[in-house]
Amino acid sequence: MNLPVLILHATGTNRDAEAARACELAGASPHIVHVNQLREGIRRFSDFGMLVLPGGFSYGDALGAGVRQALDLHVFFHEELTDFIQTGKPVLGICNGFQTLVKAGLLPGAADDGGRRSVARRDVTLTHNARDRFECRWVHLAVEQGARAGCLAQLREPVFCPVAHGEGNFQVSDNETLGRLEKDGLVAFRYVDSNGARADGRYPLNPNGSVADIAGICNRAGNVIGLMPHPEDHVDPIQNPLGDGKGLGLSLFRAMIASAGR
Amino acid sequence: MSNFRIEVTKQSEEGDPRIAAAAHRLGISSLRSCNKTQLFFLTCRAAAAPSPDQINRLCDFLLVDPVTESAQVISPPRPCSDDSRIQPSNASNEHVVEVALRPGVTDVAARVLERGAAELGIHDLEAATATRYRLTGDLSRTDLHRLARDLLCNDTIERYSLGAIEPLFGHGSDARDYVEQVSLAGLNEEELLACSRERLLSLDAEEMKEIQGFYDEIGRAPTDVELETLAQTWSEHCVHKTFKSNIAFTLRSAGGQALSVGEIQGLLRSYIQAATEKVNRSWVRSAFVDDAGIIEFDDQYDLAFKVETHNHPSALEPFGGANTGIGGVVRDIIAVSARPVACTDVLCFGPQELPPEELPAGILHPARVQEGVVAGIGDYGNKLGLPTVNGAVIYDDGYLGNPLVFCGAVGLLPKGSHPTEPRQGDRIVVLGGRTGRDGIHGATFSSAELTQETHTKSGSAVQIGDPITEKGLIELVEAARDGRLYNAITDCGAGGLSSAVGEMGEKLGADIELQDVPLKYPGLTPWEIWLSEAQERMVLAVPPANLSRLQDLADLWEVEMRDLGRFSGDGWLRVRYGGRAVAEMPMSFLHDGLPIPSRTAFYEEPAPDHSSLQTVLARARPKLKEKALLLQMLSHPTVASKERIVRTYDHEVRGGTLVRPFVGPHMDGPADAAVLKPVGTWGHGRAFALSAGINPLLGKRDCYAMAVSAVDEAFRNAVSVGADPDQIALLDNFCWGNPTFPDRLGALVRTCQGCYDAAVRYNAPYISGKDSLYNEFEGQPIPGTLLISAIGIVPDMRRTCTSHLKRPGNFIFLLGETREELGGSLLGQLLGWNGGDPPSLPEEPLKRYRAVHAAMQAGLIQSCHDLSEGGLAVALAEMCLGGRLGAAVDIAAAIGSSFSHPYIPLFSETNGRLLLEVAPPDRAALEEVLSDLPIALIGEVTESEQLAWARNRQPIFNISIEEIVSAWKGAEAE
Repeated sequence: MNLPVLILHATGTNRDAEAARACELAGASPHIVHVNQLREGIRRFSDFGMLVLPGGFSYGDALGAGVRQALDLHVFFHEELTDFIQTGKPVLGICNGFQTLVKAGLLPGAADDGGRRSVARRDVTLTHNARDRFECRWVHLAVEQGARAGCLAQLREPVFCPVAHGEGNFQVSDNETLGRLEKDGLVAFRYVDSNGARADGRYPLNPNGSVADIAGICNRAGNVIGLMPHPEDHVDPIQNPLGDGKGLGLSLFRAMIASAGR
Repeated sequence: MSNFRIEVTKQSEEGDPRIAAAAHRLGISSLRSCNKTQLFFLTCRAAAAPSPDQINRLCDFLLVDPVTESAQVISPPRPCSDDSRIQPSNASNEHVVEVALRPGVTDVAARVLERGAAELGIHDLEAATATRYRLTGDLSRTDLHRLARDLLCNDTIERYSLGAIEPLFGHGSDARDYVEQVSLAGLNEEELLACSRERLLSLDAEEMKEIQGFYDEIGRAPTDVELETLAQTWSEHCVHKTFKSNIAFTLRSAGGQALSVGEIQGLLRSYIQAATEKVNRSWVRSAFVDDAGIIEFDDQYDLAFKVETHNHPSALEPFGGANTGIGGVVRDIIAVSARPVACTDVLCFGPQELPPEELPAGILHPARVQEGVVAGIGDYGNKLGLPTVNGAVIYDDGYLGNPLVFCGAVGLLPKGSHPTEPRQGDRIVVLGGRTGRDGIHGATFSSAELTQETHTKSGSAVQIGDPITEKGLIELVEAARDGRLYNAITDCGAGGLSSAVGEMGEKLGADIELQDVPLKYPGLTPWEIWLSEAQERMVLAVPPANLSRLQDLADLWEVEMRDLGRFSGDGWLRVRYGGRAVAEMPMSFLHDGLPIPSRTAFYEEPAPDHSSLQTVLARARPKLKEKALLLQMLSHPTVASKERIVRTYDHEVRGGTLVRPFVGPHMDGPADAAVLKPVGTWGHGRAFALSAGINPLLGKRDCYAMAVSAVDEAFRNAVSVGADPDQIALLDNFCWGNPTFPDRLGALVRTCQGCYDAAVRYNAPYISGKDSLYNEFEGQPIPGTLLISAIGIVPDMRRTCTSHLKRPGNFIFLLGETREELGGSLLGQLLGWNGGDPPSLPEEPLKRYRAVHAAMQAGLIQSCHDLSEGGLAVALAEMCLGGRLGAAVDIAAAIGSSFSHPYIPLFSETNGRLLLEVAPPDRAALEEVLSDLPIALIGEVTESEQLAWARNRQPIFNISIEEIVSAWKGAEAE
């Protein structure tokens, strides 16, 4: 049976259909489920083998990107979600989903695996782009070798896909935090140029000013991954604006879905 | 009652450099820096005040980012003052201006905060938000007021205070059921007009007399609800009187002699609909009947397309105006039961570099208008998850007082899924946002004690949109459509419930209870509820048996739903408030009572210009050579890259954008049109293209030429990316001045004639359109502006084409003959010359576009680009730029009668021309497909980084790719 994937839809989510298509092309069975259906118990997290928090503007991001959806996760799904993560099932947060996981303290998560860091003591965030405006453009992403998310090791070439966000600037509270993220293998993706060399903060290769070109991170167990760019918007070579057939984002979905089977 | 003021400040102390820079442009150079703080005000109506721990949790979860921000909670807040100084005791250089939304303006953040607080167990909380600006510098009170008014606050939707601002929570006044009887009996014409003016009804004497006669006959006075309903239903905006009126039209020669005199039985019927009927395309599903035009897409789905304007709101409040403009046109798509899949936008602004001292009183600076409009479009489209993929930005002095904002939306709907007939007994259901005084007779709403400033503006108050509520409507209506839960649907746009219910119940009649309408705040009188133009609402006709299923869906998608009444079947409109009838009239009078107006119009043909190009050039100062002219054209704001704007729109969401706004290896070359593949249709290869044609500069020279050229431009742009020229539908949007002036109406007539002739020549139907009239500022009309939008079927998504050069050694062909057509051209503008022949309608354009399409389908064309402003020179420069490749061309090879001057082949703007890049092995096959068409091999793609121009093998000038890039991209080039 194909892996059942929960694509979480909160009010204002909008890249759910693409995430579902990506999962389907990667061999899974996606189900777009509204957060209210989970609240009412019509559907349960435990029915699924993987969770995707897709992009969009949950609740309009009126109080900051992902903030209000993070509160939902905390208030309504604390235990279910903790169980889901602790059993090692893959969780992927893209763009608004990534923002939500970070604001909820689930990424990078606490030192004890699967645990959650107090929201008030978060030491990483996604804040307004350095240029202080929403921006849509294609970027190259390299998987960080040695990242705890072992499933990413099979992504050999950089992923090429668009960013479309106003609050994707990854920042940390101090250098120590950054050092810890790097040392612990929690950096999953960085912005690079077309040859795979680090962007080194150069705009527009690094489109938002993220510290150390960080585009995505993972938790210690390696099963929760979040990133700002949209691999689900490059699942068919026809979507590639350069037409060179390279850098399919589909490979990320394949890798994560395969990891759920293990 | 307990009150809190929470100040959230960024930890990094960098100020906002954009505000300081804008202040300097205003001439306030003493402002050194400006820092922003977000303010949240909370008041709790519950007996038990929230505990400090609860407030801290609220801050942690919802208000403060611990990595970048810090918060200060002040309770109870300090008293407000109008002292701007941070420490009044010293003569500090630090000042404070606080800005908040006016009461009634949508404050999404406050609503989200209230609901979030409830999730944290803090109930009965009311929230309000504001922004605090800390300004450093030696600033006088006058400076501070000026900064507040011109930079930090927009009086239309916001208020400010020097020093701490008083929060206003969403309290309304007491409920009011006041209904006024307005006696018209015995009033003479002057008194009737005075009544129309005082009540802002915009009805003319004939119309007022018609209403007076009706009420005389039934022997009572109309209520205010009835008068407002009639005024709305008969308004230019809703019924398009001008386009339906009978026009006595005189065409005069340039010398003023009457060439022809005739009677036009309605512009819409005589030219626009007539063209659609004449070309009679089988794939048109709906034209001019529904809220959007509909064409066939594939075996399963149809496509709906609509373009609207939101000019006046955008002039007053650029962000909110454009924001709600997108919201409105997207609801037009929802109103044909379609799922929106893309947005377009075309914008016309005044000059961005206008010195502030030249800005006329009463209008916002064009730079501020542009900034707000662009942000408003991006905010709404991005949050709806719709790709904004096609558009244009035009700059002209004529738009200074009256910018134009065209918003378009496309939707996808299963065939036969859009029901349009309400049935007797169906419930009248309203879905979506709550109703407030939005858009009712403007700013009279704000009560005097709330602000020291006087509102001088009349017209509608502008709202800020709430895209997330509209997103819920999209999901809900799609689910309701698939469940076949309604029999008819329409949006609440201009005219609000009055318009929606009045139109939907035209045949059956409607009986509706206003007390059941969910309100944002109490205190609205019945006519205000009935006429409110609050955003994000839809009205559905729902069989009673389906109500509970619809309610379940509404609950799931968190959309408010209310049953207001029924379609009665007796043909009467009955509006009640608490059971009492406040309006009662036959639908027949409402819809058929409007007297058809008669108008007169004349158009004087533009004077022929016998001055030759040589004499014009001899006069022109300074003398500019070809290269300098080309560089000026590339950096002209209308031609130059719009990347800075377009990148703030998400053009990738939904994963179906196949030809994007920017193309080429650096993804920065201009695309001619967008190609999209809708979600859910990946099983086959069909896609669709969106393009636009607009050229108001040409309209200043010749309206007819503007119309035919706009059609050709939209058409050739669509063909350039792979659309089938036999499956292209058109939309017409006119923005014009006051049509009661015969000259302005005459120009409109002439433009419509051009629209007809062109559509027939291209065999392309109009499927939807809209006119926005009375675009004048201080008696000065805007340049009459026609936007033609096109939607075309791309039969094979793998056979699309882009504009950038692909490979050195490839041939460059120019299709189409070049004539000396410099009237209304960019060259003319740069030379200060308003003469010359304007471009004409090409002979047999379809034949050549069909051939190009066939060649594209056969894979013979590597790149394709249309020639528009700046002619061949600009088009080829853009192809080089996109591909970062050079080219060598000989202009003498172009087809055209012996060019008397090299500027003609370089810069002429003759219609019907395309540049084609062809690989050497395909040359013979291409020439075969394009045989007996005016096509010429003019050069080839080169490896050099130069675009080299020659004439009869004699070099004219070279321009490097680097020069092209830096001229076209300007400051954006990095």
